[in-house]
Amino acid sequence: MRALTWHGTKDVRVETVDDPEIVNPRDAIIKVSSTAICGSDLHLYDGVIPGMMAGDVLGHEFMGEVVETGPASTLQKGQRVVVPFTISCGGCFHCRIEQYSACENSNPVEKQDASATLYGHPMAGLFGYSHMTGGYSGGQAEYVRVPFSDVGPIVVPDHLEDEKVLFLSDILPTGWMAAENAEIQPDDTVAVWGCGPVGLFAVQAALAMGAARVIAIDHYPHRLELAHKLGAETINFRETHVREALLEMTGGIGVDAAIDAVGMEAHGFAIDNMIDVVKQKVGIGADRASVFKQALLAVRPGGRLSVPGVYGGMTDKFPLGALMEKGITVRAGQTHVQRYTDRLLAMIEEGVLDTTFLISHTLPLEEGPRGYRCFREEQNTWTKVVLKPGMEPEQ
Amino acid sequence: MTSHGRTHGALAAGIALAAGAIALAATQQNRRRHRDHPADDAPGFTARRDFGRYEVVGRSVTIARPRAELFAFWRDFSNLAQFMENLIEVSPAGTDGHSVWTIRAPAGQSVQVETRIAREVDGELIAWRSVEGSDIDTEGRITFEDAPGERGTRVGLIIAYVPPMGEAGRVAAKLFRREPEVQARHDLKRFKMLMETGEIATSVRRKDAARAAKMENA
Repeated sequence: MRALTWHGTKDVRVETVDDPEIVNPRDAIIKVSSTAICGSDLHLYDGVIPGMMAGDVLGHEFMGEVVETGPASTLQKGQRVVVPFTISCGGCFHCRIEQYSACENSNPVEKQDASATLYGHPMAGLFGYSHMTGGYSGGQAEYVRVPFSDVGPIVVPDHLEDEKVLFLSDILPTGWMAAENAEIQPDDTVAVWGCGPVGLFAVQAALAMGAARVIAIDHYPHRLELAHKLGAETINFRETHVREALLEMTGGIGVDAAIDAVGMEAHGFAIDNMIDVVKQKVGIGADRASVFKQALLAVRPGGRLSVPGVYGGMTDKFPLGALMEKGITVRAGQTHVQRYTDRLLAMIEEGVLDTTFLISHTLPLEEGPRGYRCFREEQNTWTKVVLKPGMEPEQ
Repeated sequence: MTSHGRTHGALAAGIALAAGAIALAATQQNRRRHRDHPADDAPGFTARRDFGRYEVVGRSVTIARPRAELFAFWRDFSNLAQFMENLIEVSPAGTDGHSVWTIRAPAGQSVQVETRIAREVDGELIAWRSVEGSDIDTEGRITFEDAPGERGTRVGLIIAYVPPMGEAGRVAAKLFRREPEVQARHDLKRFKMLMETGEIATSVRRKDAARAAKMENA
């Protein structure tokens, strides 16, 4: 089959690799119809996530048709499914309390030691996201082996086209959980750092959950415009002092809740962020945590900070005092996708949520490397790239 | 051990007995040496001290399955090779609960250990000990306790052994990634996977890759 593979920093290729097959009883094989490039794929593209190996198949946002099932799969051939990026067994303690992204059984035993050493506990398995999270081949390919296919994949009705449901795999539930983790109350003002797909969906979710105001922060005019259309007020951090603006826009109180939808590769002009850029480049494994730090200072005392943005390592000069003295609640984590898929699919069917506005480019899988390059370099206009294995290349 | 004393008096006594049997001479020697130190409630194998000529490894894992089911699966030693990577097979020897364990050793070698059941409490613990003349002087114990609430069963594994060829053997095992501490951790996690999900997770795309990986480890 054809698949998009990782070979190093800013080096992804479409190659022919072995087709997947059923290995374990609960597996299914999915023929991919649509797959997206995620903002977090850019962390892999930029080489800042450890545990990647040359030839790894990328992609964790995908959907398609069931073409083969193991004896213990509950799926049927021909069904159309969206596959959550988190691989979850459904039987362990964490899956049973719906903390699916903390599944204890989906990361193969021999791959668990790295994250257990780094974080104190092993991570769950994720599709196409380094060997720290299992080394599973991802969905930017013609076919994918999906383990525990009786737990993760959600069957979608035929009348909803791919573009309407594809984002159930990751970014829509991630934006939703980000807002949920911000524990939004009526009358709240919520600030969202980052108007990428997760940030934009977090804006939608925060408003749907009853936030009085949402303030979206970015530096790309087009992305800020998308946030504005969703009903957010905006701050361009290249034009404006963010903390001062947030304080003034809230009458000196500060925002009730903050959402960091940026993560480890923050832009920013603060000196510590520039030092972190250098550390990351030389591979010291430091996260650029300038948004996390700024959000801690911007949120009001007793407020909440929700972190859907990806971090992987350490940071220093962390304002621990602000966290404690202001009594901030911080909630973070990979998304428990399976907890949200049914509810969000219903909202899509009812027309309450529309995610298609996000898609700026649809390309054949063969043009995946161009998709990565442009999504990385032209962030203002390339807001979301969908790849289709079956699509004919433009002549 | 107050929580044990309150809820599982007999079990606590059983565990204490088995723990006492583990690396007996070595631990007693250590106890004398550490007489002035107050004991705590942590499992013995997490202690900072060593156990003399015995290596002691221990691990616990919580498995969301009933205690009786896990005990029954483990009690049939022929099941163990399904999740213990270095175990080639366990076969019964004689009629009095003796078994012969064939275990992979560094550099393509294998060793055989004949064990007898030293103690067994139905649904709670199985302890075994190598008989005189085995390749390895070892004893071990697996315990099953109800975990809080709906969490299932807390399974504890302790193995004490005299490293074959002493320190050199221990270093060789480490080089070949056969260190018992790592093995115990991995084996228990595979046991958990098998019991909770019915399979052992792998990220390979194809069956032949799974077989190749297994041969590489073999």
